[in-house]
Amino acid sequence: MEKDEKTTQVFACKGMACKEMLEKLSEYIDGELDPKLCEDLEKHMSDCNPCLIFVNTLKKTISLFKYASSEPLPKEVHLRLHDYLKKNCQGC
Amino acid sequence: MDLSDQVLVDKVKGGDYQAFESLVTRYESKVYRLAIRMLRNPQDAEDALQETFIQVYRGLPGFEGRSAFSTWLFRLATNACLMKIRHRATEPSKLLPLEDYLPRQEQGEIPQMVDWTDRPEDALLSKESREKMMEALEKLPPEYRAVFILRDMEGFSNAETGQSLGISVAAVKSRLHRARLALRGMLSDYFERRGELRVHESSLEA
Repeated sequence: MEKDEKTTQVFACKGMACKEMLEKLSEYIDGELDPKLCEDLEKHMSDCNPCLIFVNTLKKTISLFKYASSEPLPKEVHLRLHDYLKKNCQGC
Repeated sequence: MDLSDQVLVDKVKGGDYQAFESLVTRYESKVYRLAIRMLRNPQDAEDALQETFIQVYRGLPGFEGRSAFSTWLFRLATNACLMKIRHRATEPSKLLPLEDYLPRQEQGEIPQMVDWTDRPEDALLSKESREKMMEALEKLPPEYRAVFILRDMEGFSNAETGQSLGISVAAVKSRLHRARLALRGMLSDYFERRGELRVHESSLEA
């Protein structure tokens, strides 16, 4: 209970509480949020700069991770895998 | 013409080893990438890769095709990674309380949040930044990390992610949300510190 109050007060905004908004952000970003809630959320963001920054940085975090690592399969790992499978699979 | 997974699976079941090699070649890069993201260690990732495909080969006779071959394959791959992680002593076991990833009030005031999203891409994706991102990913409990990797980095749907991990779509959404908030928090801390450093450096140069 105490925790809830603490989180609700994170931002002092009117209308939709910040905590309520933060809970729905992933659904909002993924386009899975009910249109009415979506409207409430956008209205909230237009009045609440910290929440707007929060959403922007959350979206950016997700997109950055898509490019953060793209480890190609090393040729020797590929060769060892096929050798290993040949030895261990044929005849199992 | 490339044969579909199902055709190759049927051929493997009929004893065609070449068809199995074709399936391995088709998916080995994706499985390795998943393993390296999950484990962040090339040797462990290679072990997980080999274990995954040997399990695929052994499991194929009993594979009935109730889910797509790729979903089943990634389930085996994710499990192989989670097994490796369970044998490590240093993995984080649970996520911090959600409030730790939300902005805090300071003496009744909302601290100014830094919007780092407009920084140049080459700064956001510098070698150091990428390293920090992978460190942040590693700090997530493995079950949250797996959801984030499959859903947001590999582009699986909620349903595919759920099937790959053997959890409900509701659980996928809940874990994904917490993982995203945690990563945003860790990344923001880093970029805010980088920003302060940059300001400090330029004031020294002035």
